[in-house]
Amino acid sequence: MTSALSVFTVLAVSAGTFFFVAGTVGLLRFPDTLTRLHALTKADNVGLGLVVFGLLPLVQWPFGALKLISVWLLVQLSGSIIAQLIAVVVRQEEP
Amino acid sequence: MITAFIFNVVLVALLLVVATWIIASRAAFSAVVAFVAYGLLLAIVWVELSAIDIALTEAAIGGGVTGMLLLGAASRLRDAETTAVSTGVPLRLAAAALCALVAAGLAAIVLFPPSTVFTLAPDAMAHLAESGLGNPVAGVLFVYRAFDTLLEKVVLVLALVGVWSLAPDRFWGGIPGLRVYQQPNSVLTLLSQLLLPLGIVVGIYMFWTGANNPGGAFQGGTILAAMWILVMIAGLQSVPSTDRRALRLLVIVGPAIFLAIGLMGFALAGGFLAYPAGYAKPLIIVAEAALTLSIGVTLGLLAAGPPERIQQR
Repeated sequence: MTSALSVFTVLAVSAGTFFFVAGTVGLLRFPDTLTRLHALTKADNVGLGLVVFGLLPLVQWPFGALKLISVWLLVQLSGSIIAQLIAVVVRQEEP
Repeated sequence: MITAFIFNVVLVALLLVVATWIIASRAAFSAVVAFVAYGLLLAIVWVELSAIDIALTEAAIGGGVTGMLLLGAASRLRDAETTAVSTGVPLRLAAAALCALVAAGLAAIVLFPPSTVFTLAPDAMAHLAESGLGNPVAGVLFVYRAFDTLLEKVVLVLALVGVWSLAPDRFWGGIPGLRVYQQPNSVLTLLSQLLLPLGIVVGIYMFWTGANNPGGAFQGGTILAAMWILVMIAGLQSVPSTDRRALRLLVIVGPAIFLAIGLMGFALAGGFLAYPAGYAKPLIIVAEAALTLSIGVTLGLLAAGPPERIQQR
């Protein structure tokens, strides 16, 4: 049981890291600001989500797990809204 | 063990790269962005050194409020930047030499520590319980070195007076020139509405738990300040005029109460900032509560900047 959970953790965290790497590559390689924002928010959203998901079996239930989930939710909230704000500025500057 | 070592090496390497970026970057804006990243990385370093209190402060002050203040300064200086005369080579070399000297001195201390390290830590821990506090950092801040802490809070008020003094005479006591996000009902409104209750709870919790766990007045106050700034930028609450009496009272209430408790020590405990036996913790909590409020308001006003217009009556 423990080893199965370990395998799950390794898989989920690796998948999350993959999304972060992909997001970083996108941030560096994509042509304009809007697509770069897209890459960045994908990394925050899915990447961090998978990392948190993978770490859940390792922390104490319920408070450790709830803390991790709320970290993810807060990053989601701030990340998505800041992306929106930057996008609005980009729209205004390059019509 | 080996993973932790690799992590630390990568962390320090990243820190050095970001530090170089701050120094090498030509535009003030990108230097500030790098500085914020540097503050957040440094917070992780403090966590690795088990100094959670300092990590919290570094993340809140180094990464947060200082970043905001520097961004404000950078955007004010943007026009001046193109016309500014660059510093001469001798001055740069002198600055580099002095920085290298300081770095070398610090490195020498770390690499060749004295054989007998003089430390007050065991004594500090032995008497901590008498104060009723569980967090040794809070003990140092409010019991052993309370005078330093008091001066620190007074300095914050003086810094605010300094920022206000930058305003032209006709705007003295006016409204700070914080740039407010213009569009009503934007996503920023949503963010501040969702984050505000959460931030207030976390800020108060941070102050409250500071007696026994990492946290304290400064970290809590900074979070409250961040919430206030967010609400002001989102336009949910207007930036207050700096001549409002209630606002000025909030700025000084923390240092004033702390000072009053300190003076009371003369009468009741035989010395400045000494606490009467058995009443240390409640008095510290009162002082910290008032300080949290004052720090929040002062940092918010510092970020809002000097007054730039006068309230129309």
